[in-house]
Amino acid sequence: MACDMTGRPQRELQSQQLLHQTRRQFFTGAGVGIGTIALAEMLRGESGTAAAAGRATEPLAVREPHFPPRAKRVIFLFMAGGPSQFELFADKPKLRELNGQAPPESLMRGRQFAFLKGNEKLLGSKRKFSRHGQSGMEVSELLPHTAGIADELCWVRSVTTDVFNHAPAKLFMNTGFQAPGRPALGAWVTYGLGSPSRDLPGFVVLQSGPRGPRGGSTLWSSGFLPSTYQGVPFRSQGDAILDLQSPAGVSSRQQRELFDFVRQLNEDRLTVTGDPEIQTRINAYEMAYRMQTSAPELMDLSAESAATLTAYGAVPGKPSFANNCLLARRLVERGVRFVQLYHTNWDHHGGGENLEGELERVTREVDQPGAALVQDLRQRGLLDDTLVVWGGEFGRTPMGELRAPVGRDHHVEGFTMWFAGGGTRPGAIIGATDELGLGVVEDKVHVHDINATLLHLLGFDHERLTYRFQGRDFRLTDVHGEVVQAMLA
Amino acid sequence: MHPTHPSPVRVLALSGAVAWFTVLAGTTAAAEAVRFNRDIRPILSDNCFACHGPDEDDRGGDLRLDVRSEAIADRGGTHAILPGKPEESEILRRILSHDADEVMPPPRAKKQKLTAAHIDLVRRWIREGAVYQNHWAFEPLELVSPPAAAAAGPAAAWARTPIDQFILARLREEGLAPSPPADRAVLLRRVWLDLVGLQPSRQELESFLRDESPDAYERVVDRLLASPHYGERWGRHWLDQARYADSNGYSIDAARAMWPWRDWVIDALNRDMPFDRFTIEQLAGDLLPQANRLQRIATGFHRNTMINQEGGTKPEQFRSEAVVDRVNTTGAVWLGLTVGCAQCHSHKYDPLTHKEYFQLFGFFNSDTDINNVGDSVEVVQGEITGTPGAVSRAELDMAERAIVATRSGVRDRLEAWLAAWPSIEPDAPGPANAWTAVTPPAAPLPGTTLEEDGVTLAIEGTPVRRTLVIPLPVGTAAVTAIRLEMPAAEVDGTLRRSHAKDDLFVLNAASLTGPTGDLPLMAAFATAERPKFAAAAIVDGRPETGWSVAAQDPAAEAAVVLVPRTPIPADTAVSLRLEFAAGGSQLPRRLRIETTGDPQLVPLDVAARDTLGAAIIASRAAEEGPREADVLKAFAVVDRAQHAAVFDRDALRRRAQIGQTMVMKSLPQPRQTFLHLRGDYLNPDLKLGPLAPDTPAFLPPLAADTPAAPSGTPTRLDLARWLVRPDNPLTPRVTVNRVWMRYFGAGLVETENDFGTQGSMPTHPELLDWLAGEFVRGGWSLKKLHRLIVTTATYRQASVQRDDLAARDPRNLLLGRQNRIRLDAEVVRDTALKAADLLSADIGGPSVYPPQPEGVYAFTQAGKPWPTATGPQRYRRSLYTQFYRSAPHPLFTTFDAPNFSVSCTRRLPSNTPLQSLMLANDVIFVEAAAALGDRVAALPGPDDRRIDAMFELCLARRPTAQERAASGDFLRSQTAAGGAAAMPWRTLARGLINTDNFVTRE
Repeated sequence: MACDMTGRPQRELQSQQLLHQTRRQFFTGAGVGIGTIALAEMLRGESGTAAAAGRATEPLAVREPHFPPRAKRVIFLFMAGGPSQFELFADKPKLRELNGQAPPESLMRGRQFAFLKGNEKLLGSKRKFSRHGQSGMEVSELLPHTAGIADELCWVRSVTTDVFNHAPAKLFMNTGFQAPGRPALGAWVTYGLGSPSRDLPGFVVLQSGPRGPRGGSTLWSSGFLPSTYQGVPFRSQGDAILDLQSPAGVSSRQQRELFDFVRQLNEDRLTVTGDPEIQTRINAYEMAYRMQTSAPELMDLSAESAATLTAYGAVPGKPSFANNCLLARRLVERGVRFVQLYHTNWDHHGGGENLEGELERVTREVDQPGAALVQDLRQRGLLDDTLVVWGGEFGRTPMGELRAPVGRDHHVEGFTMWFAGGGTRPGAIIGATDELGLGVVEDKVHVHDINATLLHLLGFDHERLTYRFQGRDFRLTDVHGEVVQAMLA
Repeated sequence: MHPTHPSPVRVLALSGAVAWFTVLAGTTAAAEAVRFNRDIRPILSDNCFACHGPDEDDRGGDLRLDVRSEAIADRGGTHAILPGKPEESEILRRILSHDADEVMPPPRAKKQKLTAAHIDLVRRWIREGAVYQNHWAFEPLELVSPPAAAAAGPAAAWARTPIDQFILARLREEGLAPSPPADRAVLLRRVWLDLVGLQPSRQELESFLRDESPDAYERVVDRLLASPHYGERWGRHWLDQARYADSNGYSIDAARAMWPWRDWVIDALNRDMPFDRFTIEQLAGDLLPQANRLQRIATGFHRNTMINQEGGTKPEQFRSEAVVDRVNTTGAVWLGLTVGCAQCHSHKYDPLTHKEYFQLFGFFNSDTDINNVGDSVEVVQGEITGTPGAVSRAELDMAERAIVATRSGVRDRLEAWLAAWPSIEPDAPGPANAWTAVTPPAAPLPGTTLEEDGVTLAIEGTPVRRTLVIPLPVGTAAVTAIRLEMPAAEVDGTLRRSHAKDDLFVLNAASLTGPTGDLPLMAAFATAERPKFAAAAIVDGRPETGWSVAAQDPAAEAAVVLVPRTPIPADTAVSLRLEFAAGGSQLPRRLRIETTGDPQLVPLDVAARDTLGAAIIASRAAEEGPREADVLKAFAVVDRAQHAAVFDRDALRRRAQIGQTMVMKSLPQPRQTFLHLRGDYLNPDLKLGPLAPDTPAFLPPLAADTPAAPSGTPTRLDLARWLVRPDNPLTPRVTVNRVWMRYFGAGLVETENDFGTQGSMPTHPELLDWLAGEFVRGGWSLKKLHRLIVTTATYRQASVQRDDLAARDPRNLLLGRQNRIRLDAEVVRDTALKAADLLSADIGGPSVYPPQPEGVYAFTQAGKPWPTATGPQRYRRSLYTQFYRSAPHPLFTTFDAPNFSVSCTRRLPSNTPLQSLMLANDVIFVEAAAALGDRVAALPGPDDRRIDAMFELCLARRPTAQERAASGDFLRSQTAAGGAAAMPWRTLARGLINTDNFVTRE
């Protein structure tokens, strides 16, 4: 790496003095530009001015939460489309017994479904279930690897959401609200905690499966928070990040020379205007330069041992959920705060997307890598403070949907999620649904409760992690949410 | 209106020191009377109103403190507030209490304890009589006069306009002085960026720097305000508020054509449509008396709501979502209020009740769209404003009129035809065209052989061939139609029509080429058609569709007649090109070609002839007399004139840039509106009953003399007129404040989207009211308002930081200098393109597809069509870039544009490494840098002069000596690296585009 050193010491000194001066101004509140605007937002949003001021100059600087956290980072495995709890986690003998019969009228009253027309019949699962580990969690034959670590996971079988269409439900799970425009969990977490990585964004999104999740970028939006906190999609082929590569024909050395020149001009302008925002931009360019090398290094799985690759089922160069799970570990190892994996497609209505071969395919794709990730994190001592979340935007109905072969419609009540590490209680099984799996009969856990609990594990009182926007203090859990104590270790 | 009534602040300002540098010995708050709005309301609002405020569902102890009569009421011997007697006021006792069960705010509220200073203020306020004021923003505009100008001294020289007097007076209160004017080049770039979103050219910079006349700057301002690019720049701000996008949102997020509405906005701003009219036309243009097309198009403002096309959605749910969005957007844009809170319960802080929210909802609850396109208006590019497209509205209208005209002559043509067909009886054959068999050329066509009859072509199945080009012999008379017949061939004892296994052939397309080019075909009729394979598919211009007949009966006639738009003239050599289905085997085995010169189409098409005959017979036999309409309808199928007129219109439409823009339309009978309990549309409050649309009680009432709609229910039009009525205090305040914000980075009311009790107080209340008053008095002219602001000394100040300001006014709220402001996403790209001389000046039209990096759709449900533009469309201004809500062009996501799902009144700028990567590596900026580098490399003169030119093109200023030296060094180091002569200049251009200065308005 060749640097233009001409006049550098002198310049460096000036710049440092100026920076010191502008910092000092900042901490006495003397900011301007973006910093000031962000600061103004922060000051209205929270009372801790020092933290707020720090956030304005160093948006991703590591910050302390409200109380000591159990989890320091999150890997969220988002099963896009809505996995069927009836084929995976909820063995319902009664449903099998009443297979082909109409659901009881009394249970159907007041419930809404996306596609069902009213003449659908109960559908018992063909899948075999057995109990696993000391916890005795019921897991079907489709998830043998996950079943193998049942005692390491914290199971919630009574998750309930508000909306039954894909995009609104995905937004609801991510942002606590069904229309776009609010910050995603990952944005809230990076806003609250910053990110230790100097070379990579704080909130990274990965995608596998035949297509992207419905809702697109609104799912990892920073909403009204500064864009610094938005999720950055990493692609599994080509450049991980848009515009990561220097233009054709520009070598790494030339790029460095360019960045040094830009830095020099920026420092000159900083001297002229005294605007500390220029220092922020200088820092941003340095991080961009580091990203250009660190991201390709990150994405290169060939450095992983054969044993690790086999454990995940990952094949370097061949995009998959397995590769993304391994990447997720590599990302959190490098200090990234929040990693979210989307895997499509779990929307098993029947027909082309059915509960037979299609479900088998997708379970095969996610089962082994998900379990391997948990075990790998444990072996590396990362599981204690890394929270792994597994789940989709809703579950599916006990009634079959009349397509050939049969499938199930979206259902907002009583679906299953699992959690690992990060202060969650291993082997806990929380909540139960009725014998047909239509409604929750024990310990209903709403999406807002999940989010309140996740924030709690990260050290936040979900009612106090707020942001003032358009005259109102917004929070992830809106005006709802209770920490699910039973999930805590 | 209140009479002018000098406030204590202004009295202070007016009596201020003559010398404007005088440092006042800090105004002593203790000496001044406590004022409710300034001193007390913020304390009560932050700490008490959540439980003791307007929300009736969540009120503690049945006490409200936001209304004086209730706060001072006798509550069984105690008073929450006893005016004059703080020691007997319960609230003070509770605030000071150490008992966890008594203290206010209670521990469960998770509020901090009140500070001693706040407690002292509350105490003094009660002692002074606990006088309440209405919330300032809901009070009528004050008629304010600006502070008197200083008679002499530096202040007199500095201030240019009344605005400056306000600013100066406030600065002097703090003992601060304003900043000197910005460097002239910096100022010129500033006003260009602010007014038109572009930097000045080198020539414009030079002529301004040379122009020493006192009004040089004002003339620049006037020119920029007259520029059509002004409407683009300020239109973009408005599009943000209107949550304009080119797609429907949610998961499917298909494209939509709202660009005609976008063009309407640009045009209205360029024409300086008064803001009151601008408001009324957008909210209710369709309801104006004799509403014209433009007024209907204007109502697209509220059609920018999202549409959820996902399977299994309930339309009523998303209609309700759209109405909620319309209410919230109207509240945010015009009233600067967060009315959305009241969707689920009464507002916690502002006096908007849950019921009033749904009364506002009622204004928007009676339109026809229901999570669908609904009503729309067709618009052609250039029709509203901007650069005309390939086809104009006048041409399209003329083509439509031609169709109508041909219909008027239809009876004559029918009569003429009937005369030639004397016997119309069920079994009588009609007159046949005289078809003449075409003799293919003697030289065999590749892949065919001529059969013994001398006219039938046998087509080989192999080698696979899908195109046949057959020269037609030069005739002695004009040819009006060509007939292709595909007779079956006997193969191993069975009749086979096609080479394909299933005996199907598909003719995808046919065309005629003459010596002067293509002779378009306007119609095709067949003896038989397979479902989805109509004969018309041959001439529809789409190569993937085609004509085919069922395979069941190979002995039946399979023929198609092709009709050229104009007859093939005599003595003209043309060739017929036939395209058969890809794969080749779907070729017919035999082909016979015939032509005719018959002037009418009838009876080319056997089926149509029969239909027509049947219609005539049935008409004659009808009991009530001949049914002419049925006959004309049947005749239309074979009427050449009508075909020609329709064909001409369709051909024109294919070339035209047409948008079907969504507009508002009221139902004839309004829907009933109910309060939605907890905001849930499935949960109407039937007990409360239907609600009439109405405006909130804390603002002036909806006029009683409002011209009632036929239904007797107030409409969107009534609401729109109410918003811009002179006694509505919010609309002008909110509007001028937002305009101010664009020029200084923050509004006079910093919370530009919250003029409610939780929002910030204006930094300059009198200035805000004076400016709002000027705006209304100036006929709601936005251009006048812009001129008023950008010609002030305040606006023209340098943005350089000053230590004294940093110490006294760290956030620069008093504007002792200008602020540096990060450019909007669009401006970042547009200025790069302009520097490179690539930018297209075209205005309006359908959205365009500039290049974007690979992989943008790796994360969306479906890829979006993105036909990357070439030529000038590649370099259109960024506001014309196709905007998909679920996957916006990365320029926008990277530079802080939201996804426009909801109204955005202010973008929050950030400063991230992703921006650096985009500026350094993205194709947009690399292309611009290359063009800019080449442009500068081609200039004459020594390197230093060319470096200056590059700074002028990028930053509209000369470099400092230091910058020039650094650039020279960099250039030489790049030259030493070898490569093409222009390369170092391209790299230098990349460097300048990546500076903070480039993306910052200084």
